[in-house]
Amino acid sequence: MTRFLKLLIRNRLAALGGAVILAVVVLALITPLLPLQAPNVTNTADRFIRPFSPGHLLGTDHLGRDLLSRLLWGTRLSLAVGASAAVIAAVIGAAVGIVAGYFGGRIDNVIMRLVDMLMAFPYILLALAIVAALGPGLMNALIAVAAVNVPFFARNIRGITVGIAGREFVDAARLAGMGHGRIILFEILPNVVPVIVIAMSTTIGWMILETAGLSFLGLGSQPPQADLGSMLGEARAALIAAPHTSVVPGAMILAIVMGINLLGDGVRDALDPRLRSGALTRPMPATSVRRETVPAPQGGGVLQLADLETRFEIGPRIYRAVNKVSLEVAPGECLGIIGESGSGKSVTALSIMGLVASPPGVITGGAAYYRGDDLIGAPYRRLRSLRGDRIAYIFQDPQATLHPLYRVGDQLAEAIRVHHSISRAEAEDRAIDLLTAVRIPNAESRARAYPHELSGGMRQRVGIAMAMANDPDIIIADEPTTALDVTVQAQILSLLDDLRRERGLAIIFITHDFGVVAQLCDRVAVMYAGRIVEEGPTGTVLDAPAHPYTRRLIACVPELGQGRRRLEAIPGLPPAVDRLPAGCAFAPRCDKARDACTAGDIALERAGARAVRCLFPEETLT
Amino acid sequence: MGGYILKRLISAVPVLLGITVIVFAIMALIPGDPATAILGSYATPENVAKLNRDLGLDQPAVTRYFIWLGNMLQGDFGRSFALNRPVLDEVVERFNATLILAGTAFVLCSLLGILAGVVSAARQYGWADKAITFAVLLGISIPSFFLGMMMILIFAVNLRWLPVSGMYAIYGGGDFPDLLRHLTMPALALAVVATGVIARLSRSAMLEVLRQDFIRTARAKGVPERRVIWGHALRAAMVSIIPVLGIQAGFVLSGAVYIEIVFQWPGVGRMLVDAILKRDILLVQGGVVFVAACYVMFNIVVDVAQSLLDPRIKT
Ligand code: SF4
Repeated sequence: MTRFLKLLIRNRLAALGGAVILAVVVLALITPLLPLQAPNVTNTADRFIRPFSPGHLLGTDHLGRDLLSRLLWGTRLSLAVGASAAVIAAVIGAAVGIVAGYFGGRIDNVIMRLVDMLMAFPYILLALAIVAALGPGLMNALIAVAAVNVPFFARNIRGITVGIAGREFVDAARLAGMGHGRIILFEILPNVVPVIVIAMSTTIGWMILETAGLSFLGLGSQPPQADLGSMLGEARAALIAAPHTSVVPGAMILAIVMGINLLGDGVRDALDPRLRSGALTRPMPATSVRRETVPAPQGGGVLQLADLETRFEIGPRIYRAVNKVSLEVAPGECLGIIGESGSGKSVTALSIMGLVASPPGVITGGAAYYRGDDLIGAPYRRLRSLRGDRIAYIFQDPQATLHPLYRVGDQLAEAIRVHHSISRAEAEDRAIDLLTAVRIPNAESRARAYPHELSGGMRQRVGIAMAMANDPDIIIADEPTTALDVTVQAQILSLLDDLRRERGLAIIFITHDFGVVAQLCDRVAVMYAGRIVEEGPTGTVLDAPAHPYTRRLIACVPELGQGRRRLEAIPGLPPAVDRLPAGCAFAPRCDKARDACTAGDIALERAGARAVRCLFPEETLT
Repeated sequence: MGGYILKRLISAVPVLLGITVIVFAIMALIPGDPATAILGSYATPENVAKLNRDLGLDQPAVTRYFIWLGNMLQGDFGRSFALNRPVLDEVVERFNATLILAGTAFVLCSLLGILAGVVSAARQYGWADKAITFAVLLGISIPSFFLGMMMILIFAVNLRWLPVSGMYAIYGGGDFPDLLRHLTMPALALAVVATGVIARLSRSAMLEVLRQDFIRTARAKGVPERRVIWGHALRAAMVSIIPVLGIQAGFVLSGAVYIEIVFQWPGVGRMLVDAILKRDILLVQGGVVFVAACYVMFNIVVDVAQSLLDPRIKT
C-alpha cells in the first residue's frame, strides 16, 4: 500500500490531479461556511458585471447573481449528484452482477441478455427516455444517469464474481452449510469491494459530466437551483455578450474532470505491474549501441563476432546477457551455439542484426564483421538492406513469428520485394517456388493460406522459405525446431542441411539440444551465463568434452536427436546474469570446483581448433 | 461471408425486440395518468379520454406493446401532437441531419485518433508522444458542449471564420460549400472526445503489437520501419481498435445531442430534447427506438468489417 502511494506520488501529473480534486472537494465541503453572497439573490441592476470587479470576484450573471457564490454552490451540487449517481449505479450494478455471477445458469443468462440489450443503446438515448418518462428535474437526471451506468458495473462485477465463485473457499463455505445470502455477504462481497471502488472512482468523472450534460440540456436541475451544467446552459444565451458567465462554470467542469482523469491514470499505472517493469515499451527498429572501443577484425569467416557484449538495462539492474562473445562462421559451415535458456545464446544471435528488443537491450561492446564490415552500430539503412537479404533469421515459434493476418504467400513475396524491385506477380511466383523448395505440397494453394491454417511443421517450412527468399549468405536459426515434434524436427533439420550443401550457406544454429547439434553442426560453441565456455569441432567435443558443464550436458542426452528436452537434469540453476559471481559462473553447480575457480576471471584457453574456459578441464586440449 | 452477415442480422432481431421492450417499459414508468401527464393538468376530460384511446391506454400493457410494435413494423410510429405530423417523417428528416454531423465526426475521430495513436506509439516517450498524450488528456476531459461554446466564441464571433450555428445559411445558402462551413465546427467539437479515446487505445494497442514476435520477423526480413509500423503493426492493432470504433460511434451519437443544441443543428438529438420539454412522448419513443435500431445495425457493419480484417474469426 505504501509502495502504491509512493508510485502514485512519484507520478507528478497524478499528484497534480489529486491536488486539484482535493482542493475542489474541500471547497465544496466548506462552501456553506464561506462568507459568500447568497447564490440566488437576483439584482438586475448588476447584470453581467465582469470578473475581478469589487464585490464580485468572478462577476455576475444575467440576473446579477454573484458568480463566485453560484460557482461554489454549483460545484457542490454537481459533485454531490455525480458521486451519488456513481454510488447508486455501483451498488445496484454490483448487486446485479454478483447475483448473475454467483448463481450462474439461467439467472445469469437472463440478466446478461438484459445487460447486453441495455448496452446496445447509445447511453444518452436511454437517459433521455428515462427523463422523458419521469420528467425533467435534478433527481430524475440523477436516476437516469445512474440507471444508464448500471449495466457497466453489472458486467464488470459479474466477471469478477464468476472467478471468485469457483474458488475453493466458496465451495468450502457451501459444504459447511452456509446459505447463499451469507456466502455472498461474507465470502464474495469482501473480495469484490475493491473492484467496485476502483470502477466507481474511475467513472465518477464521467457521471459528473453526464449529469452536468443533462442539466445543460435543461433536463436536470431546474432554476433557481443550479449545478455547473445548468449554469453553463443558462449562460449560453449570453455567450457572445458576456462570455465569462460561460467560461466560469465550463472551466470548473474541465478542471474537475481533468483532475479525476489524471488521478485515475496515475492509479492505473501504479496498479499495472507491466508498466512498472517497463515491459510496455516498444522495441526500436534497431538495438541501441553504446560502446567505447571497436575491436579490430581477427581471423576470417563470412561472419565474425569479436568480444560482443549485450546487456539488458531494466531500472537499476543490469543483466549481462552476452559477455564478450567471439565466434566466426565460414561459408558452407554450420556452427551450433548450445546452452540452457538464459545462457545468452539467442541474444547473441539477435545482436548481430540489431534485433534485440531495445529498450531494454543495449549493445555495449564488441563488433560483428560481415565480410569485413562492422554491423554493430551500422546505420539503420545499411542494417535494413542486409536484413533478410544477406543475413536471414529463422525463429523459434512460427505461430508467433509469422504475421497472423497476412497470407503466407504475401509474407514471402514481401520478403523478396523489400530487397528487389520486381513486380508483385513475379514475387508471387517466386514465393511459390520457395514453398516448393522447402517441400511444401500444393505450394500454390498453400501460398494463399493464413498461418493459422497451417500445421506447425508447415509454418516452420514457411519460416525457412522466408529466410531463403533472397539467397542469403548466412542463416541464423534460433531454435527453429523446438516447438515441433520429433519426426517433423528431423525433416526440418535435413531440409536445412540440404539447403546448406546446395547453396553454400553459412548457418548459425541456436539450440539447447546436443542431439540436434550432432546431426547438423560442424562446430559447436557452448554458452553459459553469457559466455562461451567451450568451443570445437562437434565430433571431438562430443567424444571428449573438456568443460565439466559440457560433459554434463552431453550426459543428459539419452539418445541423440530425440526431440525436445530441457537441461533440467543438471542440479541447480544457471546464475542470474545481473549478479554474476566472480570467476567461473558454473562453480556453484560444478563438482570439481575449488577456491581457485571463484578467485578471478578465467580465460578461454585455445588449443588448435578447440577452446575451453576452465581451470581443471576434463580433457587436456592438445 | 454472406452467411455470416445473415447470421449477425438474425442475431440482431432479439436485440431490436429487447430495445422496444425496454423503451416501452420506461414509458410505462410515467407516473399517474399518462394522458394527463402529457396534456398537463389543465386538459379537458374529453381530450384526456381521446389521447388515452389514441395511445391505446385503455388496454392491458402486453396488448398495448404488441399493438405499438405491430404499428411500428408497418412504419406507423404514431403522430407527434406538438408538431402535428407523423413521428416517423419527423425522425427520418432529423436523423439525416444527425447522420451528416455524427458521420463526419465519426470519420474524423477514427482517422485522427488512429493517426495520433500510431504516431504516439512509434515515437514513444519522444516529444510527439508527450504532446499527443497531453492533447488527448485535454480532449477527453473537456465537456463537448463547453468546447463547442468556446469554439463559437473564438472562430465565429472573434475571428469570424465560420458561421455561429445552424446547418445552412438562411439566405442564399443550401449548397455543399455552405454545408461544409456550417459543419466544420460542430463536427470537430463532436469528434474531440472520441478522438482522444481512440488515440489512447490505438497507442496502447500498437505498443502491445510492436512487442510481438512477428514484428521482429518483419524487421528481420528487412521491411522498412515505416512499413513495419503502418503496415504490419497497424494491421494487427486494428483487430483491437475496430471494436472500440463501434463503441465510440455510440458516444459520438450521444454527444451529438449536446452539439446539436449548442450549434442549433436540426438533428434528432435536439428534436428529442424539445420533445421531452414539450412532453411529446410519442416522438421521444419513436425517436429513441429508431436511433437505437440504427445503432444496432451499425454495429453489425462493424462486426462484418472486423471479420473481413481478421481471417481467424470463423465466419
Ligand atoms: S573452472 Fe572450476 S568451477 Fe568452473 S567448470 Fe572448471 S572446474 Fe568447475
